[in-house]
This record gives sequence, C-alpha cells and structure tokens, in this order.
Amino acid sequence: MSVMAFDKALQSFEPVLGLETHVELGTESKMFCGCATGFGEPPNTQVCPTCLAFPGALPVANEAAIEATIRIGLALNCSIAEWCRFARKNYFYPDMPKNYQISQYDEPLCSDGYLDVEVGGRTFRVEIERVHLEEDTGKSTHVGGATGRIHGADYSIVDYNRAGIPLVEIVTKPITGTGELAPEVAKAYGIELREIMRSLGVSDVRMDQGSMRFDVNVSLNKPGEPWGTRTETKNVNSFRSVERSVRGEIERQAYLLSEGGKITQETRHFHEDTGTTTPGRSKEEAQDYRYFPDPDLVPIAPDVAWVESLRASLPELPRVKRLRLREEWGVSEHDMESMTNAGAVDLVEATIAAGAPAADARKWWMGELARRANESGTALADLAITPADVARVTELVASGALNDKLARAALEGILAGEGTADEVVAKRGLQIADEGELAGIIEQVLADNADAAEKVRSGKVAAVGALVGAVMKLSRGKADAGRARELILEKLGVS
Amino acid sequence: MSLIHKTAAELGALVAAGEVSAEEIAAAHLDRIEATEPKVNAFLHVDREVTLEQARQVDARIRAGEKLGPLAGVPIAHKDIFATRDMPTTAASKILEGWRPPYDATVTARLRAAGLVILGKTNLDEFAMGSSTENSAYGVTRNPWDLSRIPGGSSGGSSAAVAAYQAPLSTGTDTGGSIRQPAAVTGIVGMKPTYGGSSRYGLIAFASSLDTPGPFARNVHDAALLHEAFSGYDPMDSTSIDAPVPSVVAATQQADVSGMRIGVVKEFGGEGYQPGVLARFNEAVKLLESLGAEIVEVSCPTFGTALPAYYLIAPSECSSNLARFDAMRYGLRVGDDGTRSAEEVMALTRAAGFGPEVKRRIMLGTYALSSGYYDAYYGQAQKVRTLIARDFENAYQRVDVLISPTTPTTAFAIGERADDPMAMYLADLCTIPSNLAGNAAISVPCGLADEDNLPVGLQIMAPVLGDDRCYRVGAALEKAFEARWGGPLLKEAPAL
Repeated sequence: MSVMAFDKALQSFEPVLGLETHVELGTESKMFCGCATGFGEPPNTQVCPTCLAFPGALPVANEAAIEATIRIGLALNCSIAEWCRFARKNYFYPDMPKNYQISQYDEPLCSDGYLDVEVGGRTFRVEIERVHLEEDTGKSTHVGGATGRIHGADYSIVDYNRAGIPLVEIVTKPITGTGELAPEVAKAYGIELREIMRSLGVSDVRMDQGSMRFDVNVSLNKPGEPWGTRTETKNVNSFRSVERSVRGEIERQAYLLSEGGKITQETRHFHEDTGTTTPGRSKEEAQDYRYFPDPDLVPIAPDVAWVESLRASLPELPRVKRLRLREEWGVSEHDMESMTNAGAVDLVEATIAAGAPAADARKWWMGELARRANESGTALADLAITPADVARVTELVASGALNDKLARAALEGILAGEGTADEVVAKRGLQIADEGELAGIIEQVLADNADAAEKVRSGKVAAVGALVGAVMKLSRGKADAGRARELILEKLGVS
Repeated sequence: MSLIHKTAAELGALVAAGEVSAEEIAAAHLDRIEATEPKVNAFLHVDREVTLEQARQVDARIRAGEKLGPLAGVPIAHKDIFATRDMPTTAASKILEGWRPPYDATVTARLRAAGLVILGKTNLDEFAMGSSTENSAYGVTRNPWDLSRIPGGSSGGSSAAVAAYQAPLSTGTDTGGSIRQPAAVTGIVGMKPTYGGSSRYGLIAFASSLDTPGPFARNVHDAALLHEAFSGYDPMDSTSIDAPVPSVVAATQQADVSGMRIGVVKEFGGEGYQPGVLARFNEAVKLLESLGAEIVEVSCPTFGTALPAYYLIAPSECSSNLARFDAMRYGLRVGDDGTRSAEEVMALTRAAGFGPEVKRRIMLGTYALSSGYYDAYYGQAQKVRTLIARDFENAYQRVDVLISPTTPTTAFAIGERADDPMAMYLADLCTIPSNLAGNAAISVPCGLADEDNLPVGLQIMAPVLGDDRCYRVGAALEKAFEARWGGPLLKEAPAL
C-alpha cells in the first residue's frame, strides 16, 4: 500500500482525530444480571438466563456500574444527566445473545466534558462528547480459514462469559490543532484515561485482556478547508497501536488525497504486525441499529445530592497528582511523563511511602524493573514484586549491606519468587565483603597486577579503575567498589 | 356438586379443611380435560403424572403443617407463555417446540409456592399475537359456548379451559386485550392488572411496555384470590411497582357501588358494535345506576387513535424482543448442515419457525423503528400514548372508574377474520387504551347477546394501582346479575 511520509503529509494536511474508548468496569457482577465477571474462567461458566437471553428473562441494571460511570463522567468534567434511559441497539450477531445490545443512544449518562493531556510540554484540551454505559458482547473465536474472521472460517465458537459485562464508552469531540503531534496526543489521551480509570478504581484497565480498547477516527483536510471524510479504525488494543494507527492512517490518507483520490467513510482493521489498516465495513454497508428506549428498564434519574457526594469524594486526579509529585520528588516534566507512560507513578509513590528515597525508588522502577518488565512483556504493576520489597532493597543499599550489583541480584530473586528481600539476601548469600576479607582480596589483586599497581604508585591514579575491577571480579561482586578504591590507593600510598 | 364445578375458593376451603386432597381435585380436573379436550383443544401440554405428583407434594406440605394461602391445592392452567421448569414452554410457536426452561416465571413460582397445582399449559396465539388463538402453531382452540367459534385471544386456551370447567383458574397475559377479550367471549372474568403490578419475569416477551400477566376465573372473587397470589413487587422485573396496593380480595367483599361515580366512555359504541352487545351493556349501566352509582358520560377523544398507536408500539417492541430466537442457544435450528453460515441458519430458522402473523409484526416493527421513519411512526405513537394517558387522567378526575363493552362483538366464527388482520385487530378496540396507559381493567360477564346467544363482557377500567376498584364494581355487578339470572352466566353454556 502506498503512503506519504508522515512529515510530508503534515506539510499539506491537518489531521482531525476522534477517539472512542471502551472500558470494561470492574464490578463484581454483570451489568444486567448477577453473574460474576472474572476474566479467564472456563467458557460459558459465568452465564444465566438473562445474559444468555433465554425467553422471559429480564435485565436489572447494576447500580454499582451506574455509580462508576457517573464518577468517570465527573472525573472527565462532564455534566451528569438528571434523567436518561437505556436504549436497545438492534443487530444480529452470534456473540450477542439478545441480538440487541443494551446501550444508551441520545440520552447518555454523562456529556460535555474535557480531559487535558500533555505532550512535549504543551497541553491539549480533548473535549469529551459523551460517556455512556452499555453491556459487552460475548467473545467469538473463528476457527479455520485464512483471516481469523467469521467469513471463511470453518466454524465459530462463542464464550458468553463476557456477555453483559458493564462497558463504558467514552467518546471525544473532534480533536483539532494537534498537527504533527496527532499520534502522540492520541496516545497521551489514552494513557491519561487509563490513569483516571486506575485512580477511580473502576476498572483494571488491562489492555491485554481487552478491558480497555480504542476505536480511532482520523480525517485530513487542507488548511482552511472543511474537515475531510473520516475513517474509523476499530479495536485498537494498545497505546502504541493507537499512536501507530493514527500515524499510519495519516500517511495512507495523505497519499490517497494527494493522488486525487477520495477517502471512503468506512471502518478499518488495524494490523499489529505491519502497523497498517485494511478496510472493513463501508458507510453504505453500515447497519441501521433501530435504536429505541429499552422498555424492560426504568429511566436512570441520579439524585443530585448523590451526584454531588460522588463529586466530593473523587480521588486526587492523575494530572493534579503528577504536578504535586513532581514538586515533591523534584523530577523533570520529561521524567514524570516517562513514569506515567510506564505506569510507574503509583508504584514509585508507594515505594517512597514505604521508606525509600524518591530518587532511588524512581531509579529501580524505571531502570532495572522496567527492563525486566519489558523483557518479559508484562506491565510493571504485574511484576511479582511489591513497592515494599523495592523499598527494603534501597534500604539495604543505603546501609551499605548491598551494593548495586547485589541489589539487582536481590530484585531478581524476589521476582523469581524466592521470598522477601531479606530472605533472598540470606538464601543467596548476598553480602558485601567485610574489611578483612576485602584487604586479603586487594593484596591478591595487587600481587597479580603488579604493572598496574606500579602505574598508580607512580601517579597515574586513573589506572586504579582496572584494579578496582579486578577486586570486584575476584570478590564475585560482593565488594564495595568505593571502599576498595580507597583501600587500594591507601595501600599504594597515593591517597 | 362435582369438584370441577366448584369455585376456587370452595376448593381451597375443602383442602384446608382436609375434606378433599389436592390430588383428588387435580385428578377430577385431569379427567375433565381428557374428556373435553377433543372438542375444546385448550391445552398444548398436559402431563398427568407431573400434575399428580405436584398435587401430592402440596398435600404433603399441608400435612406437614406448612401455612399455604387460600388457594393451596387448587389446580390452575398456565398460558404457555409463562416459563415452567417442569413443563415445556413454547409460546405456541414452532421456534420453541419442546423447549423446557431451566427456571420458573415469577408468576408460576409464586403460585407453586402458594400450593397451586399446574394442570398444564394452554394454547395461545403464537407469542400472544392475535385475538382468536387461530395464530397458534398447534391448532385452534374452540369456544365452549359454540365449538365453531373462537375463544378469544391471545389467551384463548386459558379462557376456554376455565369456561369448559377444565380448570377453576388460569393465567393469561394482556398486551392489548388478550385477557379481557377472551374472558368476554367465553363468559368468564378476566383481569388485566396495572402494568408493573404483576411481574413479567419468565413471561416470554411480546411487547415489554404493555405485557401484563393477569388472572382468569369463573367469578370475580376467585379472580381476586388468584390476582393477589401472584402479584406484587418483583426485584427481577425492573418495571415492577414497589408500592403498597389495596387488597383486591377485600374489594370483592365490599361489592358495593353506591356513591361511586362511573363514567361511560362516549367513544366506545355505535358503528361497528353488535346491537346485542350494546343492549347488554346499556342494561348493565342501568343496573349500576339502580345500585346507587352515579353514571357520567365521559369523552376520551384520543381513544380513537389508540389502535394505530398500538400497532406501531407493540410490533416495534416485538421486532426487538423476538430477535433472540436465532437457533444459537435453544429452540428450533434449521439448515445447520455444516455448509451454511450462522447468519444463514438464523434466517432459515426464523423463516421456518415463525408463523405469518409473527412475521407480519416483526416486519411492521422493524420498519417503524428504521432510521428516518422512527420519528414518524414509533416516536409519534409514543406521543399518542401520552395523550391517551392524559385522557384517562382527566376522566379519573371526574369518575372513579370507566366502563365500556369489552369487545365490539361476541365470539366470531373460526376462520371468519383469519385472512383480514384489520378486522381481527378491531376486536381489541376497547381494551387497547388501558394497555397504552398502563391502567387496570377487568372484564365481567353481562349477559348473552340476543342475536347469537353468546356471552357479552363489560369492561371496568381504573387508574394505575386502582385494581381494587375494578374488583369492587365487578363484584357488585356480578352479585346483581346473578340474582337476576339465578346463578352464574356459565350455567347457560351448553354441556360439552
């Protein structure tokens, strides 16, 4: 597929973005029945007559989900509807038991808010059109065939455990004026939403489990001209993919438009492997969902005093918190952004709360632990280590019981499930060499490296590095490198 | 008097006194069903052993000293649209042939708990869509008064079973008149409770905003006993009303209309109404006046628009409600030979499984909800609904209840209107406004039409949660009529 280089595309066109985000709420029970919502349970074990749409079964709205949606709306600076209804979105698909989805149509629970996101030191205000509540569908797996899609598959199997899990949809208004930062703004918006969901505690926001997913709308127009025709890339399932899909779609559309082509209003599928999109359904094929208010459910009319109490009890929101922590920790905006993107802010904060100095807490989470998370493809928060563990390791380093290398070994042991920091230190015998031991090792090293020793003695102090290295090697990392240096210099009479 | 001719209250008293067992009563009714079903065809499912076992369990509960209600040991027939976990539930559709629900509807569960014994599941128009029971996929039910005529619909199996002494009580559902109209044309009592007064959980949905479970009985007091036994708030139905309601049983004991203001709806009468129906209705009005009621003529100008509004709202909701019958999880599956897509199997199943009237309404509703037509059809119909509710409210500021004939004609002949949906739809002309407003309404017998000697029903309508008024007026009228007739109207029915 032909594309135009991103930089060149941005010289001719202005992008307009729109993001629709689905967030599965972490309620105990489903949206309209009492079934459990656990992820990864055996297929079709968390189902009942209501979420399987058996004849005569009826929905009853989950109040906790309504409360969570209102809290999300409040955190996104939205107005909360005084009265609104659920609507049925009618279409036939095997993973949707009723063949309609209970959603909200022209009466969303929350509307007209905004979310500020920061990219490269600039603040972009993303306006929120609406936040509404609906139910998730079941999960289809298409077996056989080339595409993994229903067409051409040999057969399909459906797991209804997910059917009826409460789902919040957050829709932005068109996002303009981002220019070449469009991909980063889209990504930053996604990350900021995740941080908000986390701070509210309404969802586990696990991208890998599909509990947060994006539909990305992109259009291009020449400066001063009306907005172009948009495409909608469905089910983009990571922040990196959000960024890449925006970038890829800008490049694709720019090429088409510059060649005199037309953009078709359609949905597109994102391909993780290539970072490109392929066409899905066009507008002509779009379904008529025949929305109408669901007569099985009563209107939602949140009590104003209740909404105000929810507003008053909102936690400190991530952006405000980050500003505060930057002050407290004395870190740069860039470092804070890195921590945010890595999902490390809360972990660092908890580590500091457990007694670690800010710089150390940040160093371990963003360094060694980030590297290990990256290697194993897990999120930082999913590593088998707690902020308290990390705090204990920093304490051992500060007291001189461990050096950096031993500390890394301790972290490795904790991650491997060998126990607490102290248990790992004991089991692995991670201990800095004592003065007597160190003196013996130094003696040996000076004897083995007489040339280097002589250079130092004759004033080439820089040569001491090789000697310290040799001490570390001989001690198998257990020596305190700083103390070794002091002792060597003393011994050679140059201190 | 044989057990089958007793009232439900009498049967309950006999069981409570230990004079007759629930099993004996059930057996007597099962015998009656066996003897008369070839003529009436009221039931889709009867299982003698399941019923007798239920009865034995009720007898055991009573022996164990369990406190059951006044209807313990009394048999009942359920419209085959209520889920029953020990009997098939089909909504008289091929698409659910043989389907056995893993749960009970709230109505059936509550009645089981109260010690009622299920005789079987009764016939209906497929998915409750119709006014004659001719739309059943399993054959037509016949009116015990005249076997060449319809028993009303959609709850025609339930009305016929009670009128034929196959069951002292039965349940029905009323979406546009499906309890009141069958009750009227079979000479029995049928009540549509206030919408939300009886739970829809486990009732196979036709039109969710209108469907209302209600009782059939041979007299007003029995109907009230049954009404009270299954109605009331149900947390499983979001539209169920959580509010205290006046006792309908106490209202039947009051049975006094002196000082009540009774409104006659001006718009119901005249052209299209059978003279014999109007004659009986007018007599009833005079009778109520003679009992001390103040009769007021009331105009409800929007009632004329109720029928078209209903035929947009009900089909719209049904088009969505019936989407779940897709061959995926239960019921009929057609064309799944390994070569066809899920979509094709869904389409083939629905084409084969739904009858013509159901398809007609699904298409009507799909069209009415379509983008670009919604405002003109569904949206407009909802506005009409508001206007009708307002007409009722205005009327109830002047009167306590409204009355009208229940149906414009007596039972028509089987086949007479089968090919003319509009003529069929007119059977519900007088009953539909109460559904659209969610009000309470009852039909009680008020005599036989001169021209055909068939029963005529009188409808008593009351405001939301005013169910007790329907019973109070109904009981008063019944008492006065029975004094005049020398017993219930049903004694005039031919022996089967």
